[in-house]
Amino acid sequence: MRHHLILRVITKLLVGTIFLFALYVQFHGDYSPGGGFQAGVIMAVGFILYGIVFSLDKAQKVFPPWLVHKLVAFGVLLYGGTGIYSILMGYAYLDYTAIDPNHPSHGQHLGILIVELGVGITVTGVMVAVYYAFAARTPVLSDEDW
Amino acid sequence: MLIVTALSVVKTRSLFAIVALSGVFSLLSALLFITWDAVDVAFTEAAVGAGISTVLMLGTIALTSRTEKQSQRSNLLPLVAVILTGAVMVYGTLDMPKFGSPDTPVQTHVGPDYLKRIPDDIHVPNAVTAILASYRGYDTLGETAVVFAAGIGVLMLISGLRRRRMDDNADEDPSDKRDTT
Amino acid sequence: MNIFTTEFILGHINYWLFIILMMTGLYIVITKGNLVKKIVGLNIFQTSVFMFYISMGKVSGGTAPIFPLDGIYDPSIAYSNPLPHVLILTAIVVGIATTSLGLALIIRIREEYHSIEEEQITILEDTIFRTEHLPTVGKDEAF
Repeated sequence: MRHHLILRVITKLLVGTIFLFALYVQFHGDYSPGGGFQAGVIMAVGFILYGIVFSLDKAQKVFPPWLVHKLVAFGVLLYGGTGIYSILMGYAYLDYTAIDPNHPSHGQHLGILIVELGVGITVTGVMVAVYYAFAARTPVLSDEDW
Repeated sequence: MLIVTALSVVKTRSLFAIVALSGVFSLLSALLFITWDAVDVAFTEAAVGAGISTVLMLGTIALTSRTEKQSQRSNLLPLVAVILTGAVMVYGTLDMPKFGSPDTPVQTHVGPDYLKRIPDDIHVPNAVTAILASYRGYDTLGETAVVFAAGIGVLMLISGLRRRRMDDNADEDPSDKRDTT
Repeated sequence: MNIFTTEFILGHINYWLFIILMMTGLYIVITKGNLVKKIVGLNIFQTSVFMFYISMGKVSGGTAPIFPLDGIYDPSIAYSNPLPHVLILTAIVVGIATTSLGLALIIRIREEYHSIEEEQITILEDTIFRTEHLPTVGKDEAF
Protein backbone atom coordinates (compact mmCIF):
# COMPACT_ATOMS: atom_id res chain seq x y z
CA MET A 1 0.00 0.00 0.00
CA ARG A 2 2.75 2.41 -0.85
CA HIS A 3 0.60 4.87 -2.77
CA HIS A 4 -2.16 5.43 -0.25
CA LEU A 5 -0.83 8.65 1.17
CA ILE A 6 -3.92 9.56 3.19
CA LEU A 7 -4.06 6.15 4.80
CA ARG A 8 -0.41 6.32 5.74
CA VAL A 9 -0.60 9.77 7.29
CA ILE A 10 -3.78 9.03 9.21
CA THR A 11 -2.37 5.74 10.42
CA LYS A 12 0.74 7.43 11.76
CA LEU A 13 -1.51 9.74 13.75
CA LEU A 14 -3.80 7.00 14.91
CA VAL A 15 -1.33 4.35 16.00
CA GLY A 16 0.13 6.52 18.73
CA THR A 17 -3.30 7.47 19.98
CA ILE A 18 -4.37 3.85 20.01
CA PHE A 19 -1.35 2.84 22.09
CA LEU A 20 -1.95 5.69 24.50
CA PHE A 21 -5.58 4.71 24.84
CA ALA A 22 -4.63 1.09 25.40
CA LEU A 23 -2.27 2.08 28.20
CA TYR A 24 -4.98 4.27 29.73
CA VAL A 25 -7.45 1.40 29.60
CA GLN A 26 -4.85 -0.92 31.08
CA PHE A 27 -3.84 1.14 34.08
CA HIS A 28 -7.08 2.96 34.68
CA GLY A 29 -9.12 -0.21 34.49
CA ASP A 30 -9.97 -0.18 38.18
CA TYR A 31 -11.59 3.25 38.02
CA SER A 32 -13.37 3.16 34.69
CA PRO A 33 -14.47 0.45 32.29
CA GLY A 34 -11.51 -1.47 31.02
CA GLY A 35 -8.82 -3.84 32.12
CA GLY A 36 -6.25 -6.23 30.86
CA PHE A 37 -8.39 -8.03 28.30
CA GLN A 38 -9.60 -4.88 26.58
CA ALA A 39 -6.24 -3.15 26.75
CA GLY A 40 -4.51 -6.16 25.26
CA VAL A 41 -6.93 -6.27 22.38
CA ILE A 42 -6.64 -2.53 21.70
CA MET A 43 -2.85 -2.66 21.85
CA ALA A 44 -2.86 -5.54 19.39
CA VAL A 45 -5.20 -3.59 17.10
CA GLY A 46 -2.61 -0.82 17.03
CA PHE A 47 0.10 -3.18 15.84
CA ILE A 48 -2.23 -4.85 13.37
CA LEU A 49 -3.24 -1.50 11.87
CA TYR A 50 0.41 -0.59 11.49
CA GLY A 51 1.13 -3.95 9.92
CA ILE A 52 -1.73 -3.67 7.44
CA VAL A 53 -1.09 -0.15 6.24
CA PHE A 54 2.68 -0.27 6.15
CA SER A 55 4.01 -3.75 5.75
CA LEU A 56 4.36 -6.82 7.84
CA ASP A 57 8.14 -6.48 7.74
CA LYS A 58 8.02 -3.00 9.22
CA ALA A 59 5.63 -4.11 11.95
CA GLN A 60 7.90 -7.03 12.74
CA LYS A 61 10.87 -4.69 12.92
CA VAL A 62 9.06 -2.67 15.59
CA PHE A 63 7.77 -5.67 17.50
CA PRO A 64 9.84 -8.71 16.50
CA PRO A 65 8.15 -12.14 16.60
CA TRP A 66 10.59 -13.63 19.09
CA LEU A 67 9.69 -10.84 21.52
CA VAL A 68 5.98 -11.47 20.93
CA HIS A 69 6.39 -15.15 21.69
CA LYS A 70 8.31 -14.42 24.87
CA LEU A 71 5.68 -11.91 25.99
CA VAL A 72 2.86 -14.42 25.51
CA ALA A 73 4.46 -16.71 28.05
CA PHE A 74 5.64 -13.87 30.28
CA GLY A 75 2.08 -12.61 30.87
CA VAL A 76 0.85 -15.97 32.14
CA LEU A 77 3.97 -16.35 34.26
CA LEU A 78 3.44 -12.89 35.77
CA TYR A 79 -0.09 -13.88 36.72
CA GLY A 80 0.91 -17.23 38.12
CA GLY A 81 3.98 -15.74 39.77
CA THR A 82 1.81 -13.32 41.74
CA GLY A 83 0.03 -16.33 43.16
CA ILE A 84 3.29 -18.08 44.00
CA TYR A 85 4.55 -14.90 45.71
CA SER A 86 1.48 -14.79 47.91
CA ILE A 87 2.02 -18.45 48.83
CA LEU A 88 5.62 -17.72 49.74
CA MET A 89 4.48 -14.85 51.93
CA GLY A 90 2.21 -17.24 53.79
CA TYR A 91 -1.17 -16.40 52.31
CA ALA A 92 -3.51 -18.30 50.06
CA TYR A 93 -2.80 -18.56 46.34
CA LEU A 94 -3.62 -15.27 44.59
CA ASP A 95 -4.46 -13.54 47.87
CA TYR A 96 -3.18 -10.06 47.13
CA THR A 97 -3.13 -9.06 50.76
CA ALA A 98 0.33 -10.60 50.72
CA ILE A 99 1.72 -7.75 48.65
CA ASP A 100 1.12 -5.19 51.37
CA PRO A 101 0.08 -6.95 54.57
CA ASN A 102 -0.27 -3.72 56.56
CA HIS A 103 -2.77 -2.22 54.16
CA PRO A 104 -4.84 -5.07 52.75
CA SER A 105 -6.72 -2.80 50.38
CA HIS A 106 -3.48 -1.35 49.01
CA GLY A 107 -2.26 -4.87 48.48
CA GLN A 108 -5.43 -5.77 46.67
CA HIS A 109 -5.15 -2.71 44.50
CA LEU A 110 -1.56 -3.45 43.54
CA GLY A 111 -2.32 -7.11 43.03
CA ILE A 112 -5.14 -6.28 40.65
CA LEU A 113 -2.86 -3.96 38.70
CA ILE A 114 -0.12 -6.58 38.37
CA VAL A 115 -2.50 -9.34 37.43
CA GLU A 116 -4.26 -7.19 34.86
CA LEU A 117 -0.88 -6.31 33.43
CA GLY A 118 -0.15 -10.01 33.05
CA VAL A 119 -3.47 -10.55 31.31
CA GLY A 120 -2.89 -7.57 29.06
CA ILE A 121 0.58 -8.72 28.02
CA THR A 122 -0.64 -12.20 27.22
CA VAL A 123 -3.63 -11.03 25.21
CA THR A 124 -1.53 -8.53 23.25
CA GLY A 125 1.06 -11.18 22.56
CA VAL A 126 -1.42 -13.81 21.44
CA MET A 127 -3.37 -11.48 19.17
CA VAL A 128 -0.25 -10.04 17.53
CA ALA A 129 1.27 -13.51 17.17
CA VAL A 130 -1.90 -14.78 15.54
CA TYR A 131 -1.93 -11.81 13.20
CA TYR A 132 1.72 -12.38 12.26
CA ALA A 133 1.01 -16.03 11.62
CA PHE A 134 -1.94 -15.23 9.34
CA ALA A 135 -0.30 -12.34 7.56
CA ALA A 136 2.95 -14.16 6.92
CA ARG A 137 1.03 -16.62 4.76
CA THR A 138 -1.04 -14.10 2.86
CA PRO A 139 0.37 -13.31 -0.54
CA VAL A 140 1.09 -9.62 -0.93
CA LEU A 141 -1.71 -7.94 -2.83
CA SER A 142 -0.72 -5.38 -5.37
CA ASP A 143 -2.56 -2.07 -5.38
CA GLU A 144 -4.50 -3.01 -8.50
CA ASP A 145 -6.20 -5.87 -6.70
CA TRP A 146 -8.07 -3.56 -4.38
CA MET B 1 -31.83 -5.57 13.79
CA LEU B 2 -29.52 -8.24 15.14
CA ILE B 3 -31.85 -10.90 13.88
CA VAL B 4 -32.04 -9.31 10.45
CA THR B 5 -28.26 -9.26 10.30
CA ALA B 6 -28.05 -12.89 11.36
CA LEU B 7 -30.64 -13.94 8.79
CA SER B 8 -28.83 -12.11 6.04
CA VAL B 9 -25.70 -14.06 6.96
CA VAL B 10 -27.70 -17.20 6.19
CA LYS B 11 -28.67 -15.90 2.77
CA THR B 12 -25.51 -14.22 1.57
CA ARG B 13 -23.00 -16.30 -0.33
CA SER B 14 -20.16 -13.88 -0.78
CA LEU B 15 -17.81 -14.57 2.11
CA PHE B 16 -16.53 -11.00 2.01
CA ALA B 17 -20.02 -9.69 2.70
CA ILE B 18 -20.46 -12.26 5.44
CA VAL B 19 -17.36 -11.05 7.24
CA ALA B 20 -18.58 -7.46 6.97
CA LEU B 21 -21.96 -8.53 8.31
CA SER B 22 -20.38 -10.30 11.26
CA GLY B 23 -18.58 -7.05 12.10
CA VAL B 24 -21.92 -5.24 12.00
CA PHE B 25 -23.37 -7.94 14.20
CA SER B 26 -20.65 -7.43 16.81
CA LEU B 27 -21.10 -3.67 16.90
CA LEU B 28 -24.87 -3.99 17.27
CA SER B 29 -24.48 -6.42 20.12
CA ALA B 30 -22.01 -4.03 21.76
CA LEU B 31 -24.69 -1.35 21.67
CA LEU B 32 -27.11 -3.79 23.23
CA PHE B 33 -24.63 -4.52 26.02
CA ILE B 34 -24.34 -0.81 26.77
CA THR B 35 -28.09 -0.49 27.19
CA TRP B 36 -27.89 -3.37 29.66
CA ASP B 37 -25.25 -1.55 31.77
CA ALA B 38 -22.47 -3.93 30.81
CA VAL B 39 -20.00 -1.25 29.73
CA ASP B 40 -16.92 -3.43 30.13
CA VAL B 41 -18.43 -6.17 28.04
CA ALA B 42 -19.53 -3.74 25.35
CA PHE B 43 -16.02 -2.33 25.25
CA THR B 44 -14.51 -5.76 24.76
CA GLU B 45 -17.05 -6.83 22.19
CA ALA B 46 -16.51 -3.70 20.12
CA ALA B 47 -12.73 -4.00 20.19
CA VAL B 48 -12.69 -7.73 19.52
CA GLY B 49 -15.59 -8.08 17.12
CA ALA B 50 -15.03 -5.05 14.98
CA GLY B 51 -11.26 -5.06 15.18
CA ILE B 52 -9.53 -8.36 15.45
CA SER B 53 -12.00 -10.99 14.32
CA THR B 54 -12.75 -9.09 11.10
CA VAL B 55 -9.06 -8.82 10.30
CA LEU B 56 -8.48 -12.50 11.00
CA MET B 57 -11.45 -13.60 8.91
CA LEU B 58 -10.35 -11.39 6.03
CA GLY B 59 -6.92 -12.96 6.29
CA THR B 60 -8.46 -16.41 6.10
CA ILE B 61 -10.55 -15.46 3.09
CA ALA B 62 -7.52 -14.07 1.32
CA LEU B 63 -5.84 -17.41 1.86
CA THR B 64 -8.80 -19.52 0.79
CA SER B 65 -11.70 -18.57 -1.46
CA ARG B 66 -14.08 -15.67 -1.64
CA THR B 67 -17.42 -17.24 -2.44
CA GLU B 68 -19.38 -20.09 -1.04
CA LYS B 69 -20.47 -22.91 -3.30
CA GLN B 70 -24.10 -23.90 -3.35
CA SER B 71 -24.81 -26.87 -1.14
CA GLN B 72 -26.70 -29.79 -2.61
CA ARG B 73 -28.23 -31.09 0.56
CA SER B 74 -31.84 -30.64 1.55
CA ASN B 75 -32.47 -27.88 4.04
CA LEU B 76 -35.73 -29.26 5.37
CA LEU B 77 -34.48 -31.71 8.00
CA PRO B 78 -32.06 -29.25 9.65
CA LEU B 79 -34.79 -26.62 9.66
CA VAL B 80 -37.17 -28.95 11.46
CA ALA B 81 -34.48 -29.94 13.95
CA VAL B 82 -33.61 -26.30 14.63
CA ILE B 83 -37.23 -25.28 15.09
CA LEU B 84 -37.83 -28.19 17.46
CA THR B 85 -34.81 -27.27 19.55
CA GLY B 86 -35.94 -23.68 19.64
CA ALA B 87 -39.44 -24.67 20.69
CA VAL B 88 -38.07 -26.73 23.57
CA MET B 89 -35.97 -23.79 24.70
CA VAL B 90 -38.92 -21.41 24.49
CA TYR B 91 -40.87 -23.84 26.65
CA GLY B 92 -37.99 -23.69 29.11
CA THR B 93 -38.09 -19.91 29.28
CA LEU B 94 -41.72 -19.90 30.43
CA ASP B 95 -40.49 -20.51 33.96
CA MET B 96 -37.80 -17.85 33.76
CA PRO B 97 -38.08 -14.69 35.85
CA LYS B 98 -39.14 -11.52 34.16
CA PHE B 99 -36.48 -9.44 32.45
CA GLY B 100 -34.91 -6.89 34.77
CA SER B 101 -36.64 -7.94 37.95
CA PRO B 102 -34.40 -7.42 40.99
CA ASP B 103 -35.44 -10.50 42.99
CA THR B 104 -34.33 -13.31 40.70
CA PRO B 105 -31.95 -16.03 41.85
CA VAL B 106 -29.19 -14.32 39.88
CA GLN B 107 -29.60 -11.12 41.87
CA THR B 108 -29.96 -12.62 45.32
CA HIS B 109 -26.80 -14.69 45.83
CA VAL B 110 -23.17 -13.79 45.27
CA GLY B 111 -23.67 -10.75 43.06
CA PRO B 112 -25.02 -8.34 45.70
CA ASP B 113 -22.64 -9.84 48.21
CA TYR B 114 -19.69 -8.86 46.03
CA LEU B 115 -21.18 -5.41 45.56
CA LYS B 116 -21.43 -4.91 49.34
CA ARG B 117 -17.96 -6.18 50.10
CA ILE B 118 -15.92 -4.54 47.37
CA PRO B 119 -15.76 -1.00 48.83
CA ASP B 120 -14.46 -2.33 52.15
CA ASP B 121 -12.22 -5.10 50.87
CA ILE B 122 -10.62 -3.68 47.81
CA HIS B 123 -11.37 0.02 47.40
CA VAL B 124 -11.61 -0.33 43.67
CA PRO B 125 -14.49 1.59 42.11
CA ASN B 126 -14.99 -0.65 39.10
CA ALA B 127 -16.69 -3.73 40.52
CA VAL B 128 -16.15 -5.72 37.34
CA THR B 129 -12.38 -5.33 37.54
CA ALA B 130 -12.36 -6.14 41.24
CA ILE B 131 -14.28 -9.37 40.79
CA LEU B 132 -12.34 -10.30 37.68
CA ALA B 133 -8.93 -10.00 39.21
CA SER B 134 -9.47 -10.61 42.88
CA TYR B 135 -12.50 -12.68 43.85
CA ARG B 136 -12.39 -14.72 40.67
CA GLY B 137 -8.66 -14.68 40.19
CA TYR B 138 -8.54 -18.42 39.55
CA ASP B 139 -11.08 -18.11 36.75
CA THR B 140 -9.16 -15.35 35.11
CA LEU B 141 -5.90 -17.25 35.42
CA GLY B 142 -7.59 -20.15 33.68
CA GLU B 143 -8.97 -17.93 30.94
CA THR B 144 -5.56 -16.39 30.37
CA ALA B 145 -4.11 -19.86 30.12
CA VAL B 146 -6.75 -20.75 27.52
CA VAL B 147 -5.88 -17.68 25.46
CA PHE B 148 -2.23 -18.66 25.79
CA ALA B 149 -2.94 -22.22 24.69
CA ALA B 150 -4.99 -21.05 21.71
CA GLY B 151 -2.18 -18.75 20.65
CA ILE B 152 0.33 -21.59 20.89
CA GLY B 153 -2.03 -23.77 18.87
CA VAL B 154 -2.30 -21.21 16.07
CA LEU B 155 1.44 -20.77 16.00
CA MET B 156 2.00 -24.52 15.77
CA LEU B 157 -0.62 -24.91 13.06
CA ILE B 158 0.46 -22.08 10.85
CA SER B 159 3.85 -20.60 11.42
CA GLY B 160 5.74 -23.44 13.06
CA LEU B 161 5.15 -25.78 10.18
CA ARG B 162 6.16 -23.11 7.72
CA ARG B 163 9.50 -22.65 9.39
CA ARG B 164 10.16 -26.37 9.45
CA ARG B 165 9.35 -26.63 5.77
CA MET B 166 11.70 -23.81 4.98
CA ASP B 167 14.46 -25.59 6.84
CA ASP B 168 14.25 -28.93 5.07
CA ASN B 169 12.57 -27.62 2.00
CA ALA B 170 14.17 -29.94 -0.55
CA ASP B 171 11.26 -32.18 -1.51
CA GLU B 172 8.34 -29.79 -1.17
CA ASP B 173 5.89 -30.36 -4.00
CA PRO B 174 5.05 -27.26 -6.02
CA SER B 175 1.31 -27.93 -5.79
CA ASP B 176 1.44 -26.41 -2.33
CA LYS B 177 1.80 -22.98 -3.85
CA ARG B 178 -1.60 -21.48 -3.42
CA ASP B 179 -3.54 -20.12 -6.34
CA THR B 180 -4.65 -16.76 -5.07
CA THR B 181 -8.26 -16.22 -5.86
CA MET C 1 -55.61 -18.97 33.78
CA ASN C 2 -54.03 -17.59 30.64
CA ILE C 3 -50.40 -16.88 31.45
CA PHE C 4 -49.75 -15.10 28.18
CA THR C 5 -50.56 -11.63 29.40
CA THR C 6 -48.93 -8.61 27.80
CA GLU C 7 -46.74 -8.18 30.83
CA PHE C 8 -45.55 -11.77 30.64
CA ILE C 9 -44.74 -11.49 26.97
CA LEU C 10 -42.85 -8.23 27.40
CA GLY C 11 -40.88 -9.74 30.26
CA HIS C 12 -39.86 -12.79 28.28
CA ILE C 13 -39.57 -11.59 24.72
CA ASN C 14 -35.84 -10.95 25.13
CA TYR C 15 -35.26 -14.64 25.88
CA TRP C 16 -37.23 -15.62 22.81
CA LEU C 17 -35.22 -13.25 20.64
CA PHE C 18 -31.99 -14.81 21.89
CA ILE C 19 -33.37 -18.22 21.08
CA ILE C 20 -34.16 -17.10 17.54
CA LEU C 21 -30.62 -15.77 17.19
CA MET C 22 -29.13 -18.91 18.64
CA MET C 23 -31.15 -21.12 16.35
CA THR C 24 -30.08 -19.02 13.37
CA GLY C 25 -26.49 -19.71 14.32
CA LEU C 26 -27.19 -23.39 14.77
CA TYR C 27 -28.94 -23.53 11.40
CA ILE C 28 -25.91 -21.99 9.69
CA VAL C 29 -23.61 -24.47 11.37
CA ILE C 30 -25.75 -27.44 10.35
CA THR C 31 -26.67 -26.60 6.78
CA LYS C 32 -23.85 -24.55 5.32
CA GLY C 33 -20.93 -26.47 3.92
CA ASN C 34 -18.48 -23.60 3.84
CA LEU C 35 -16.16 -23.76 6.82
CA VAL C 36 -15.69 -19.99 7.20
CA LYS C 37 -19.44 -19.58 7.23
CA LYS C 38 -19.70 -22.25 9.87
CA ILE C 39 -17.32 -20.24 12.05
CA VAL C 40 -19.47 -17.13 11.60
CA GLY C 41 -22.49 -19.20 12.59
CA LEU C 42 -20.72 -20.39 15.71
CA ASN C 43 -19.89 -16.77 16.55
CA ILE C 44 -23.55 -15.80 16.27
CA PHE C 45 -24.49 -18.71 18.50
CA GLN C 46 -21.86 -17.65 21.02
CA THR C 47 -22.94 -14.01 21.03
CA SER C 48 -26.54 -14.99 21.69
CA VAL C 49 -25.39 -16.88 24.78
CA PHE C 50 -23.46 -13.81 25.90
CA MET C 51 -26.57 -11.67 25.50
CA PHE C 52 -28.56 -14.16 27.51
CA TYR C 53 -26.08 -13.92 30.38
CA ILE C 54 -25.90 -10.15 30.32
CA SER C 55 -29.67 -9.78 30.23
CA MET C 56 -29.91 -11.95 33.35
CA GLY C 57 -27.67 -9.52 35.22
CA LYS C 58 -29.71 -6.46 34.29
CA VAL C 59 -31.79 -4.82 36.99
CA SER C 60 -34.52 -2.42 35.88
CA GLY C 61 -33.50 1.10 36.78
CA GLY C 62 -30.02 -0.11 37.64
CA THR C 63 -26.77 1.44 36.56
CA ALA C 64 -23.36 0.18 35.54
CA PRO C 65 -21.50 -1.47 38.45
CA ILE C 66 -18.92 1.27 38.97
CA PHE C 67 -18.87 2.96 42.34
CA PRO C 68 -18.39 6.68 42.86
CA LEU C 69 -14.80 7.62 43.63
CA ASP C 70 -15.30 7.96 47.38
CA GLY C 71 -15.90 4.22 47.36
CA ILE C 72 -18.96 4.12 49.58
CA TYR C 73 -21.56 1.52 48.82
CA ASP C 74 -24.98 3.11 48.72
CA PRO C 75 -27.71 0.46 48.96
CA SER C 76 -30.30 2.82 47.52
CA ILE C 77 -28.59 2.78 44.12
CA ALA C 78 -29.41 -0.31 42.12
CA TYR C 79 -26.38 -1.71 40.35
CA SER C 80 -26.62 -4.34 37.68
CA ASN C 81 -25.06 -7.62 38.68
CA PRO C 82 -21.35 -7.47 37.81
CA LEU C 83 -20.79 -11.23 37.97
CA PRO C 84 -22.22 -12.10 34.52
CA HIS C 85 -20.22 -9.20 33.09
CA VAL C 86 -17.02 -10.70 34.43
CA LEU C 87 -17.80 -14.13 33.04
CA ILE C 88 -18.74 -12.84 29.59
CA LEU C 89 -15.88 -10.39 29.40
CA THR C 90 -13.36 -13.18 29.62
CA ALA C 91 -15.48 -15.44 27.45
CA ILE C 92 -15.38 -12.95 24.58
CA VAL C 93 -11.60 -12.83 24.55
CA VAL C 94 -11.34 -16.59 24.89
CA GLY C 95 -13.90 -16.82 22.08
CA ILE C 96 -11.78 -14.79 19.69
CA ALA C 97 -8.72 -16.86 20.60
CA THR C 98 -10.53 -20.11 19.83
CA THR C 99 -12.03 -18.60 16.67
CA SER C 100 -8.56 -17.79 15.45
CA LEU C 101 -7.57 -21.37 16.17
CA GLY C 102 -10.50 -22.54 14.04
CA LEU C 103 -9.51 -20.21 11.22
CA ALA C 104 -5.96 -21.51 11.38
CA LEU C 105 -7.32 -25.05 11.07
CA ILE C 106 -9.31 -23.95 8.01
CA ILE C 107 -6.17 -22.61 6.39
CA ARG C 108 -4.38 -25.89 7.00
CA ILE C 109 -7.36 -27.83 5.61
CA ARG C 110 -7.33 -25.67 2.52
CA GLU C 111 -3.66 -26.44 2.02
CA GLU C 112 -4.17 -30.17 2.25
CA TYR C 113 -7.43 -30.48 0.31
CA HIS C 114 -7.50 -27.28 -1.79
CA SER C 115 -11.06 -26.66 -0.72
CA ILE C 116 -13.00 -25.32 2.23
CA GLU C 117 -16.31 -26.87 1.26
CA GLU C 118 -17.33 -29.73 3.49
CA GLU C 119 -18.77 -31.86 0.70
CA GLN C 120 -15.73 -31.68 -1.51
CA ILE C 121 -13.52 -32.55 1.43
CA THR C 122 -15.68 -35.58 2.20
CA ILE C 123 -15.47 -36.75 -1.43
CA LEU C 124 -11.71 -36.26 -1.43
CA GLU C 125 -11.32 -38.18 1.81
CA ASP C 126 -13.37 -40.98 0.33
CA THR C 127 -11.21 -41.25 -2.76
CA ILE C 128 -8.03 -41.08 -0.71
CA PHE C 129 -9.34 -43.84 1.54
CA ARG C 130 -10.20 -46.03 -1.45
CA THR C 131 -6.92 -45.55 -3.25
CA GLU C 132 -5.06 -46.42 -0.10
CA HIS C 133 -7.05 -49.54 0.66
CA LEU C 134 -7.83 -51.02 -2.74
CA PRO C 135 -4.36 -52.49 -3.48
CA THR C 136 -4.27 -54.40 -0.20
CA VAL C 137 -7.70 -55.84 -0.93
CA GLY C 138 -6.48 -56.96 -4.33
CA LYS C 139 -3.48 -58.65 -2.70
CA ASP C 140 -5.68 -60.55 -0.30
CA GLU C 141 -7.76 -61.89 -3.14
CA ALA C 142 -4.70 -63.02 -5.01
CA PHE C 143 -3.74 -65.43 -2.27
